[in-house]
Amino acid sequence: MTEPFLIRALMAGLGLAFIAAPLGCFVVWRRMAYFGETVAQAGLMGVALGALLSLNVTASVLAVTIMISILLLLLSRQTLVPFDSLLGVLAHATLAIGVIAAYLIRGPQVDLMSFLFGDIFAISIQDIRWIYFGGAAAFGALLYIWRPLMAVAVHEDLAAAEGVQVELVKTIFVFILALVVAISMKIVGALLTIAFLIMPAAAARPLSETPEQMAFFAVIFAMLSVVLGLFASVTMDAPGGPSIVVVLAIAFTISMTSLAFRGRT
Amino acid sequence: MTLDSNTAMRRGLQRPTDLDQRRDHEHDHAHDHDHAHDHAHGHDHEHPAVPKPFLQSSLISARQVSLKRGERSVLQQVDIDISAGEIVTLIGPNGAGKTTLVRLLLGIEKPGSGAIQRQADLIVGYVPQRFDLDRAIPMTVDRFLALGAKKGGMTSVDAKAAALDEVGADGLGHRQFSELSGGELQRVLIARALLRQPQLLVLDEPVRGVDFQGEAELYALISRLRSERGLGVLLVSHDLHVVMAQSDRVICINRHVCCSGIPDTVAQHPEYARLFGPHAARALGLYQHSHDHAHDLTGEPLRVSKAPSGPQTPSGTQSPPGILAP
Repeated sequence: MTEPFLIRALMAGLGLAFIAAPLGCFVVWRRMAYFGETVAQAGLMGVALGALLSLNVTASVLAVTIMISILLLLLSRQTLVPFDSLLGVLAHATLAIGVIAAYLIRGPQVDLMSFLFGDIFAISIQDIRWIYFGGAAAFGALLYIWRPLMAVAVHEDLAAAEGVQVELVKTIFVFILALVVAISMKIVGALLTIAFLIMPAAAARPLSETPEQMAFFAVIFAMLSVVLGLFASVTMDAPGGPSIVVVLAIAFTISMTSLAFRGRT
Repeated sequence: MTLDSNTAMRRGLQRPTDLDQRRDHEHDHAHDHDHAHDHAHGHDHEHPAVPKPFLQSSLISARQVSLKRGERSVLQQVDIDISAGEIVTLIGPNGAGKTTLVRLLLGIEKPGSGAIQRQADLIVGYVPQRFDLDRAIPMTVDRFLALGAKKGGMTSVDAKAAALDEVGADGLGHRQFSELSGGELQRVLIARALLRQPQLLVLDEPVRGVDFQGEAELYALISRLRSERGLGVLLVSHDLHVVMAQSDRVICINRHVCCSGIPDTVAQHPEYARLFGPHAARALGLYQHSHDHAHDLTGEPLRVSKAPSGPQTPSGTQSPPGILAP
């Protein structure tokens, strides 16, 4: 169990789990799962763009996720088309464009499956650097806006009346989300990124009394799932990202079931 | 509040300001034939408003504040002042723009025109109208109280317990939010507002869905906070007739300021006193409207009679037109 690729996979997975889990709590609280899904699927266009222009893939994905986030923020102010429908339009339009672009380019770097579902065993040292520096930046920013963001999640008008810069805080949050989606693209792929964000949070909810407890339990769940998922993946020779997600799903099921036994719903 | 203005109010119910009233009368003589027209378009169009100066003593003031949403006018040239130690009750029918006015005063939204002035470093404690915490967010009362603390400030365990104690919600600190009753939630929200050590307390329809007994208790609490802490209070209510007896001023709005005055205490009316019980009767007041206009179906003000409001209006004989008809 000391193969270098496995060590790198563990480092990448644990690093991502540490930032994705608390961020995912806010995605759950603010009901932004589908927002994140759209950003992640649009990330696929970034993969194609990176391959086309021979750029660092994570950097080009980041450029695309930031741009799509700004677009979504602007579009969220119109009320003609419901926002979830709009997300549906954009998520699938960008996914389709990304798939076509990747197919047409067919460069040596473009392995479509690995970007849809990630390839945690192909992580390079440079990728790990992205995860740790990007993740640290995201984590620092999240800690910095933690309380105002919490206040906004609880009640926007109350937060505004108490002097929170609501729009600024929401915008920073969306940028943090775009960054974390970008660094997770190589690990869990466009289709599983959101699962990695919200499943630890959802599993932590029944056990938690306060928001901070929930974030803490989410981190524990996420890190345990990375270790167990990778172990299962190596043992059974199954793909890494999906294995982690399956472990998270089991954790979620156990957590919800324990709730039923304690008689709380 | 000066003795003078107090006396003026006790004399009867006024138009928003004496200045307005004078202007109206001059206006009436000059254009006796088309009141309805003038009022439908707002008289200040032809008499460019000279806004009252901002009061020095005022915690928060609005002058000639207007707001439109699309083509629909939500607020028209509203003036309001709330000073320290003063309880102002804002009433009006549903859709009158009460909550919008509160949002403008609190700076949550910007007015289309007009000016809002807050005292420098004003700290506001706000109790919003609706508060449904998403159950996806686990939250104890204690954690919630700490969220409202001022920037960089930590909230000590003692301070939280004291705030809960003050509003009669002692011992709720460890409760989950989802387990609070409506009345408990209300008190917790007030405790959070108080923890910020505000100079101004703004409560948006705190008595919605509360019975008269609960309403009286809440008013007693607000009254105590005002006298103990010298807070200014802005209280919003959709009940057009029964208001907090200790209100220093009642302002009735329906997009614009319809009238303002002070309430009679219910206790002065034996029938009501029997109905509400002696305890509630002290806390509740009756507000007698004095409107010199009605509103058409779109809510635009229409002048219906020239009957001047004033000291000679006997209580109970003037049936308020327009919005007040049941």
